[in-house]
Parts: sequence; structure tokens; C-alpha cells
Amino acid sequence: MKKTLSKVAVVAVALLLLSSVLAMGAGEPEVDPDRVTVGLTLPSLGHPFFIHLQNNVMMEADELDVEVLALDANNETARQMSIVEDFIARGVDAVLMSPIGADALVPAVEELNAVDIPVATVDRAVADGDVLVHVGADNIEGGRVAGEYLIEALDGSGRVLELEGTPGATPAIERADGFHEVIEDTDIEVLASVTAEFDRAQGQSVMEDLIEAHGEFDGVFAANDEMALGAIEAIEAAGIDLDDVVIVGYDAIPDALSYMEEGRLDATVEQFPGEQARVALNYLYEYVQDGVAPPGNEHYIAPVIITPDNIDEAEDKVE
Amino acid sequence: MKLVSIVAKKYGIVIGIAVVFVALSFAHPTFLTVRNLRNIVLQTSIQGVMAVGMTFVIVARGIDLSVGSGLALAGVMAAGFEHLGLSVPLIIIATLGVGAGVGLVNGLIITIGKVTPFVVTLGMMSVARGAALLRTGGHPISGFERSFRYMGAGSILNVPVPIWIFIGTVVAATLVLSQTRFGRYLYAIGGNEEATKLSGINVDFYKVLTYMISGGAAALGALILTARLNAGEPIAGRAYELDVIAAVVIGGTSLMGGRGTVIGSALGALLVGMIANGLNLMGVSAYFQLVIQGSIIVGAVLLDRLREQD
Repeated sequence: MKKTLSKVAVVAVALLLLSSVLAMGAGEPEVDPDRVTVGLTLPSLGHPFFIHLQNNVMMEADELDVEVLALDANNETARQMSIVEDFIARGVDAVLMSPIGADALVPAVEELNAVDIPVATVDRAVADGDVLVHVGADNIEGGRVAGEYLIEALDGSGRVLELEGTPGATPAIERADGFHEVIEDTDIEVLASVTAEFDRAQGQSVMEDLIEAHGEFDGVFAANDEMALGAIEAIEAAGIDLDDVVIVGYDAIPDALSYMEEGRLDATVEQFPGEQARVALNYLYEYVQDGVAPPGNEHYIAPVIITPDNIDEAEDKVE
Repeated sequence: MKLVSIVAKKYGIVIGIAVVFVALSFAHPTFLTVRNLRNIVLQTSIQGVMAVGMTFVIVARGIDLSVGSGLALAGVMAAGFEHLGLSVPLIIIATLGVGAGVGLVNGLIITIGKVTPFVVTLGMMSVARGAALLRTGGHPISGFERSFRYMGAGSILNVPVPIWIFIGTVVAATLVLSQTRFGRYLYAIGGNEEATKLSGINVDFYKVLTYMISGGAAALGALILTARLNAGEPIAGRAYELDVIAAVVIGGTSLMGGRGTVIGSALGALLVGMIANGLNLMGVSAYFQLVIQGSIIVGAVLLDRLREQD
């Protein structure tokens, strides 16, 4: 009995491996020599942000008649590295990537440099290596924009709570830096800066604790919308009138925009990730097709504060 | 030394809670307010319910790493059911079914396939997360009717509903684990599986049940979380398995099986929640919080090993 079972298991595993190899072969046609082919690898399609990025790359690719091979790195540096190696093996004309780690993906960029395949980075940059162009958002500037909105909304003075992103993550650090830079010279007092890990449920719990610890406050800055929405639920549940508190989020995700339409969120910061993705793909296309290099090797798209007054400027992030 | 170990064994978790409680009361003025204490229990209720479910698995010498992802899957399913317009009782039954279903698959592969629980539930952790993401296309499902939100945001006699659910789960689970034949079988399986099998008990059947209970408990946590947050998120519950297993172990349940109580796990979850609350109140830096939380988990397992040695 045991022997049969193990035999069955071996056969099952073998079939599984075989079918996945076949699926890979079937799902990914060879590179078309007549069209510009771009390999795209993003950190994780488990995150709405990157889904939105990928959708925009695909839409722009359709317009340019560019073929895109998209592979998800599932937040594993090693996997993203081997995806890039696969791109090289399959002879893509260019690579568009958002590296999981700034340092860890430098070897991947160097491999691309060695075989003269141009590479552009979007949203996240690499620390070293020869990149045609980096298109991204200025998170420090975004933090400043959020801070400036809060200063104006509070007439330059008040008590504010800050929800920070995942400890050590670059956007978390930069958004906080920009925010503190502009807040510092005002009469606004930051009562507490605590992490809620960019997570909605944590944003809610942490805000409940902060309400207890500090009682009265006039504003909240959350380093992403997920935390801001959790905070809003906590503030409402505590019986505080949302009209008395200015709440600023970050990223302009669809949920945040609907909270804003309901009058529950005051502002959020839009970094136009879709536009970033489109711009980056265009640079690669022009370079491969016409040999035109981008004007500089960094292109930052200015973040904009979104309020109910200009909510239409936000990118529609639902596909 | 002997005395210390006996005391630590019997009352370790109670002493731990008392020490942290007194320390935090002095450390921050608002810690000891009714509202804050209510918040701690409220925030603990999700992991607490999950820890109660996990206790059944660990007592029978298993482990379930899939509870965090299971919570995410059950949560987005519940959100989907709500948007379909199902009645609240139906949503509850269907969602608990999803959780128990995840547990059933875990249990069957562990018992019939004879694969170690660690590997099976590690795989399920990935499968359930993927399923949750597939179900939603990566986006959260949000905005529910008041009737559904009641489970997370309502209160009875001024006590939030999640706390009632938590208390109810603890009472029911304590009765099952300490007063029924099923409960006694689990301790027997955890203590000596071979001997239990030889005495004619269908060990596999009961082991599958433990995983269904754990999965169901994760789904119950998902209902609370989804209703409370007003959103079902496919990325919810990341690393919850760590918190939950830590709570169970801190509460005195042996990872080697055969020993542990539901009330211990519930208190363990409260201790973890209390520490997180205290760190937030005091505004301890995020980096330092990570160090403290990790140390507590390792410390608890170390304590478990010390208990094991006498």
C-alpha cells in the first residue's frame, strides 16, 4: 500500500513538473524579430499598485505596437534576477523593471549592460549599473506636498499624528523625511510618529491606541492610503467627528477616492504610477526604434495633492 | 530552582500578564483606562480567536502555518458574499465553510498523504494567499451594510461584538477540549500517537478535525476583521501565523503536543496584544518594536523548552 502510494506520488509530481514546463512553453511565444519586444518585471502582482503599473505598460504597448513579456517576481530578489536572465536568453530588445531591492538587482542590470540590452527602471531605482533612464516619483517631494496641505488646512498650527510605513522601506523613510522637513518650521506639533506597516488593519489598531494616548488632535498624516482608511474607521468608531480632523493619505488608491467622495478623507497624494510606466516604456521604445536617448537619466514626475476639488486629476486605478 | 520552575509552569502566563500590566500602568498614564483596556481586548480578539483554534492543532502535535492566508481568503470571500447580498447568517456559515474547507484539505493531505504538517500548511499558506488574490484581482473589496459590519463594529452592553465572539469562542473551546471525549483524544494523540492508534482510536479522523477547527477559527477572525475594517483585503493577515503560534506557546501549550489549554492561548494572545499596545502608547520606534516582538517569540519557545526539560 505504502509503495503504491509513493509510486503514485512520484508520477503525480513528474506530471506536474511536465505540465508546468509545457505551460511555460505554451504561454510564452518566442520573440518576434519584426517588433520591438520589451521584458517587464515588477516586484509583485499581489499588490494593486503594481497591477496598475503593468496595466498601463500593456495599454501603452498596444498603442506603440510593442510586444511585452511580463513576468512577476513574487517579491523574491532571486526570482527577479533569473527572470532578467531569461529575458536575455530570449533576446528581448529592452527591459523595463521595478527592482525589488536597489542593491540586489545591480548584478542583473550589469548582465544586461554586458550584452547591450537597454534597461529602464520605474518607481524603484537600482543603486548602480548603467540604466538608460529611471522614471519615478519623488517621495520626499510627496511628503512635502502632504505636509504643506496639512499646514494650510490647519492654518499653520495644531496637533498631528503620523502613521509611518514599513520600517526601513525607502518610500516610508522618504515620505516621512519630506513631511517633517516642511512641518518643522511651523507651530504644528507632531504628537506621535508610529508605524502601521502600510497596512489597513494595523492603521486601525494603531490609531485606536493613539486616540487613547493623545486624546485631542487636529490632523493625521498616513504614509499610504491603506493606513489612512484604517485610521478613519478607528476615528469614526471612537465617536470623533471627521470634520474636526484633517486626514491626509498617500497614493490615491480607488478606495481612498471613494472615501473622499463620501467626505471622509480630506486629501491624498497622487504620484501617477501609470504615467511613470508609460513614460518609461516610451523612452525605451524611442531608444530601440530610433536610437534617441532620453534627455537625462532621471525623470521624476511631480506628485500632486488630490482633494475633493481636483479628484478628477487622479489616475483611475481600477482596470 | 525547582520551585521557580513549578510556579512558572503552572502560573507562568498569569505572572507574565501581571508583570507587564503593572509595568505599563506605571509607564503610561492612559494605559489603565477602561477605553484602552477595551481596545487591547478588541484588537486581540482576531488573533485570540485564531490562537484558540490553533491550540487544538498544537495539542495534537500538529502545526498550522496557513492561518494568516486562510484569514485573507475567508475575508475576501466574506466580502464577496456580502456584495452578493446574502443575509448575514448565510455569510457567516459560508465563510466558516471556506475556512473549514481549507483545514479539511490540510488535514487530508497530512493524514492520508502522510506529509508533515509543516510542509503541507506552508504550501497552503501560499495557495490560500494566491486564491485570495485571484478572487479579487489584487484589489480590496470594501463598503458593507450596517448589518454585516455589526460583527466588527457593533457592541452589546457597551462591549464590542468582537470581544463577545472572543469570549464565546474561548468558553466553547475550553468545554470541548477539557470536557469531551474528543478533547481527551487530542491530548492522547499529542502525547503518544502510536499508543492512541493501537487503542483503537481513529487518529487520522481527529487530526483532520483539528485542522478544520483551526481553519474555521481563521475564518471567524476573518469575519471580525472584514466587518471591523469595512474591507476584505487579499493582503490581510500577513505573518499572523507567527503571532498566533507565539500566543499559543506563550500560553503554555507545548509544541511537542499533549499539553496546553485554550484559556492559556487566549491569555497569551492578550499578553502579545498588551505589549503592542504599550509600545504604541509610548511611541516606541518601529525598529525597536520589531526587536521586542521577535525576542518575545523566541523567549516563549525557550521557556517551552525549559518546561520540557523537567
